[in-house]
Amino acid sequence: MRARLRWLFSLVALCTTVLIPATAEAKKLNVITSLTDLASLTQEVGGDKVEVEALAKGYQDPHFVEPKPSFLLKLRHADLLISVGLDLEIGWLPPLITQSGNSKIQPGAPGYLDASQFAEILEIPQGKLTRAEGDVHPLGNPHYWLDPDNGRRIAKGITAKLSELDPENAGLYQQRERDFEKRLAETELKWAAQMAPYRGRKVVSYHRSWPNFAKHFGLDVVGYIEPRPGIPPTPSHTIELVNLMKREGIKIELIEPYFDLKTPNSIASMTGGKVVQMMPSVGGKPEITDYFKLFDYDIGILMQAFQETK
Amino acid sequence: MRALRIALALVVGLAISSWCSAQPPQPAKTARAGDGAASAQPSAQDVATLLQRITDLEDRVVSLEGQLRQMKAQGAQPVAPTAPTPQPEAAAAPQPSAAPTVVTAAPEPRLGGAGAAASKALNPDISMIGDFIAGAGHNPINPTPSFQMHESELGVQAIVDPYARADFFLSFGETGVTLEEGFLTFTALPAGFVAKGGKMRAAFGKVNTLHNHVLPWVDRPLVTQNLVGGEDGIDDAGVSVQHIIPAPKNWFLEFTGQGFRGDSADVFTASAKDDLSVVGHLRAYKDLTDNNNIDLGASYSRGHSLFDTDLIRHQFGSDFITHLYGVDAMYRWKPLRRSIYRSFVARSEFIWRQQDQPSLIACLSITCPSNTAAGFQRAFGFYTSADYQFARRWFFGGRVDSSDRAFNSRLNDKGGSLVLTYWPSEFAQLRGQYRLTRYAENFDAHELFIQLQFALGAHGAHPF
Repeated sequence: MRARLRWLFSLVALCTTVLIPATAEAKKLNVITSLTDLASLTQEVGGDKVEVEALAKGYQDPHFVEPKPSFLLKLRHADLLISVGLDLEIGWLPPLITQSGNSKIQPGAPGYLDASQFAEILEIPQGKLTRAEGDVHPLGNPHYWLDPDNGRRIAKGITAKLSELDPENAGLYQQRERDFEKRLAETELKWAAQMAPYRGRKVVSYHRSWPNFAKHFGLDVVGYIEPRPGIPPTPSHTIELVNLMKREGIKIELIEPYFDLKTPNSIASMTGGKVVQMMPSVGGKPEITDYFKLFDYDIGILMQAFQETK
Repeated sequence: MRALRIALALVVGLAISSWCSAQPPQPAKTARAGDGAASAQPSAQDVATLLQRITDLEDRVVSLEGQLRQMKAQGAQPVAPTAPTPQPEAAAAPQPSAAPTVVTAAPEPRLGGAGAAASKALNPDISMIGDFIAGAGHNPINPTPSFQMHESELGVQAIVDPYARADFFLSFGETGVTLEEGFLTFTALPAGFVAKGGKMRAAFGKVNTLHNHVLPWVDRPLVTQNLVGGEDGIDDAGVSVQHIIPAPKNWFLEFTGQGFRGDSADVFTASAKDDLSVVGHLRAYKDLTDNNNIDLGASYSRGHSLFDTDLIRHQFGSDFITHLYGVDAMYRWKPLRRSIYRSFVARSEFIWRQQDQPSLIACLSITCPSNTAAGFQRAFGFYTSADYQFARRWFFGGRVDSSDRAFNSRLNDKGGSLVLTYWPSEFAQLRGQYRLTRYAENFDAHELFIQLQFALGAHGAHPF
């Protein structure tokens, strides 16, 4: 009997040890990012020296990604994991990191990078915070990548990290980063010119996803369709918002692609406004293949909406 | 933070004013621009350079703010600067005036040890989840009170050191406390292993691994009640090792091996130190598309039954071992574009429990469960359930139950439930469940439960 027990224990031990994977050292740096935007920025500076993949899809609500085991297959071989941080991924990324069995990407290890440290963070709550305010982010608004200036800063941060992990190609990463910065600066001039006529315009949005975008392009987000972050619209709040929009002559509603359009559409019909389905992330539409196209797209539909609601 | 902002604003202001008035060491181009007659009129290039400097300074402010946030998060321990070093052109002019200001502004008075903020920063994540249940209906076999604060689960979770994290879940009933789970997870083992040590819910099937607050029902299925130790389940002190097995075609395969002391509700009883129990679990998972996936599992567990005491063993001359076999399957559908509004989950578990039991004389020396039969018992049970989310805050589901009794497998209980769940927010949940149970004693119990669950604090996400 005891022998059988011992046999069972050794079977368990055997099953777990013989299955050690053949960890072939890949030449390319294997980078996994939580969101597509970080993947795009990493691709910009890493070029063909890195293999980048994002876990969440660009059209998915980044707060509510399911921690699928298939993500573990990606994470277990990652050399670097880049997250948005500020608790955006708190509901799904930590258990994945713990279960990945990959010591390189554990928080605090060299292969874990929280991109928020490089970016300008807005809406950092001051004073006492409670959930009476909804699903607030105590560390500040995590949708910070929607400001091209932050995109540039994050790219710099990623470059430093890539250079640290792969010193051989550091020169290349730095050169690619300078090139990216140059192209971004040029394109930013174009975007600024496109958005110049609409500076100071008031808009409303569904969720607080756009403070960085609004700051950069001079928009004023004065109301939200959600009464509190993460709380679905209520009739009384909707009426208040409709009154505000009528009073201030606000016509534009910025809606993330993962929210239901019923309430935004009814608000639009009551105020003569327009629902603008802005994309918060690369990959939100098939044509938004990189960080540049993300702003091209959002600015494009925004300009069109402003012209239509003049 | 505010002090830093003021300091940095000063830096920016100083840099700009010093550049404008004195025109100290500058790139040659701007100096040449000043050679002309109209030195008061800055050229376009001057403006561009100035703008570039402001941008660089802004970047440095943002970078310093980021470092400060990192330091706060890490308990005010100075961190190695991970932010990129400023570009040479940015470092050239403003550096002399910037450096002293930053140095004088940054350090805050330290009165021995780490400040209060620092000690708080290292506190673990603490959460409390309340589970209040009201019940109506007549059930003499498994009675429940009219109102009960069924459980208050205190979670204390943190990263221990660069090699491990720890998770504690204390389950407070109305009168007593049990350690539901308390374990250390080694996250930095070589070759992709993840190991745990402590008390934990065993990886036997699906329901056994779940805490009450993540169940899609108020109660646990009949098969869990009858064969897998009820609400407590197989929850024991021991060690666990899991590893992902390479598999083709994007299948996720994972093996978990666990060894426990051998004490779990009425399932296993350790009357001697080497009466250990083991659990093995193989999980196979695959994304069928981005929107749906299947999750399959096979489990085995073995340990000593409550009859396996020295006295009874001596009397009957054999060991009394409990074997548990299980298979589980789950199908999930969640359209990614509308993931917060619609989802569907179907799940089922089949469990077999085998144990040899002595003749009923044994029940004179130990406490046997009611209706215990003599001889070999092979009990089978299953549940099948489905849940559909039809709005952002609403879920509707049902469950079919059937299970033999472990200590007398000729007795079979059946049941069915309908469940409606409403989420006022992510942090609270109201649930109603109607349950019909047809017990082997030929008695039908009709019951209605209303459950209120609510969460405080930062409760770490549970594995999928």
